[in-house]
Amino acid sequence: MNVLLSFVNSLPGACGQGLAWGLMAIGVYLTYKILDVADLTVDGSLATGGAVCGVLIVMGVNPWVAMLAAILAGMLAGLITGLLHTACGIPAILSGILTQLALYSLNLRIMAIGDTAKTKATLALSVDRNPLLVSSRYVRELSLRNPILLLAIIVAAAIGLLYWFFGTELGCSIRATGANQNMSRAQGINTDKNKVLGLVVSNGMVAMSGALLAQYSGSVTIDMGRGAIVIGLAAVIIGEVLLDKVFRNFALKLLASVIGAIIYYAVITLVLRLGLESTDLKLLTALVVAVFLTVPYWKEKYFTKAKKEVETDA
Amino acid sequence: MPESKYMLEINDVYKTFNPGTVNEKRALNSLSLKLKEGDFVTVIGSNGAGKSTALNAIAGVWPIDAGSIVIDGQDVTGLPEYKRAGYLGRVFQDPMNGTAATMEIQENLALALRRGQRRGLRRGITKKEQEQYRDLLRTLDLGLEDRMTTKVGLLSGGQRQALTLLMATLKRPKLLLLDEHTAALDPKTAEKVLDTTDAMIRDNHLTAFMVTHNMKDAIAHGNRLIMMNEGRIILDIAGEEKKHLSMQDLLDKFAQLSGNSITNDSVLLA
Repeated sequence: MNVLLSFVNSLPGACGQGLAWGLMAIGVYLTYKILDVADLTVDGSLATGGAVCGVLIVMGVNPWVAMLAAILAGMLAGLITGLLHTACGIPAILSGILTQLALYSLNLRIMAIGDTAKTKATLALSVDRNPLLVSSRYVRELSLRNPILLLAIIVAAAIGLLYWFFGTELGCSIRATGANQNMSRAQGINTDKNKVLGLVVSNGMVAMSGALLAQYSGSVTIDMGRGAIVIGLAAVIIGEVLLDKVFRNFALKLLASVIGAIIYYAVITLVLRLGLESTDLKLLTALVVAVFLTVPYWKEKYFTKAKKEVETDA
Repeated sequence: MPESKYMLEINDVYKTFNPGTVNEKRALNSLSLKLKEGDFVTVIGSNGAGKSTALNAIAGVWPIDAGSIVIDGQDVTGLPEYKRAGYLGRVFQDPMNGTAATMEIQENLALALRRGQRRGLRRGITKKEQEQYRDLLRTLDLGLEDRMTTKVGLLSGGQRQALTLLMATLKRPKLLLLDEHTAALDPKTAEKVLDTTDAMIRDNHLTAFMVTHNMKDAIAHGNRLIMMNEGRIILDIAGEEKKHLSMQDLLDKFAQLSGNSITNDSVLLA
């Protein structure tokens, strides 16, 4: 009973974290589902977003401006990965890994900006000293400074903007690029440019998530993005498994990823209450993603054979 | 410089795949061909003769080694595939290849309508277009006009090829490239798609280049027939001669020109 009570008590926290990670999940959705690319840049660009935003806020820059700078930094990271992939011919996964690795060094440098040290692995933000947009301190408060409110507004605005963008000629051509490259080129679509553009938009979202997470938790750490891709995938997959049949519209599909992230953090909170160590979480997350990716594959392979043969005959 | 009177000029084109390796293959060997506006040429030849390679060279799937390709007076030899697309309509052998399965029928058409245009931040599909698509889909007589928001992945192979044809001609191409586009369909569906192809080429006065494995189709369609062997054209028949061409004529000519009699007709007829 005590476990249940403390779980319910911690749900607002899970909701806040899930919303902030939800933006990251949307970024993963754009690459993994729309572009059909597994982009590992995100582990680095999440921390880059946090680092850029954190450093600027500590320097006294307006937090909205700091967020914007973080988004631009993430977009730049996506641009590098995109160019490594398209202009240099490096496989997409490896391109992401290269950028991610490079960002590790860069993030240490970014966090030390304005400091006497040359590199720095952590940066503390405090809602008492810094003008943070969101803070986990107020997550159980019934007031306007409750971070869930602003996070929900930001998530809704981001979904609205992306919904609009992917309905434009350019956005449609990015979706086509992910769906069928041959067809896209035959229809005059520059598939290389579109892949780069998709990675830029995605990593902008991821960096925004990092910037909000840094403020929400009051710290930036060099490791904050470690395994982020797997958490993002978990959110996308949970959202898809639970809501794909109900949510047909593109905006709702993006929302499903955010809901997936919230559920993910609710589950994480629960298992922590049940006595798991927080260091066990990465193992758990990897297991969840592996299982959710395996089930549809096995279903296809072992249970729909007869149906598939009929289809290819037609 | 005088205006070219040809819609397509292939001038002395060479292409070798995997040069310098054991898999080296000279696929196009001094290929030249000129098509006038309104020509509908059917292309036959045994496996590996260079039919599809010739088509891909025109489409710009990869750069050629030597020679030039001119479409309606403009040299496109150096243009990447996606830039040439503005001049070309294409239908592939694999019905999966010509459409985006995860997108709606109307979205696929909207992508095709904008071929060769800059894609910016205007709406990807407008109300006015939807009416146009509905009317065009009705002409296919497949009931697709009532399924405009259906994902293309749910259509049959024949339906997808018909839709791809519509997409290839939605914005009038200077040249329509058909790469064995009925080979993957059952005979009845193949015939229907070929009829649609004929109608579209006739109604829009298109210039077309149709690669086929089927000699009967090659004889029955188009106003010109070419036979390829080892990367070049060995037979070119047009006009009245083409109209009276029989299957036996073609087989005899192939034996005579390629220097080997066809012991296995299936090479050409498959």
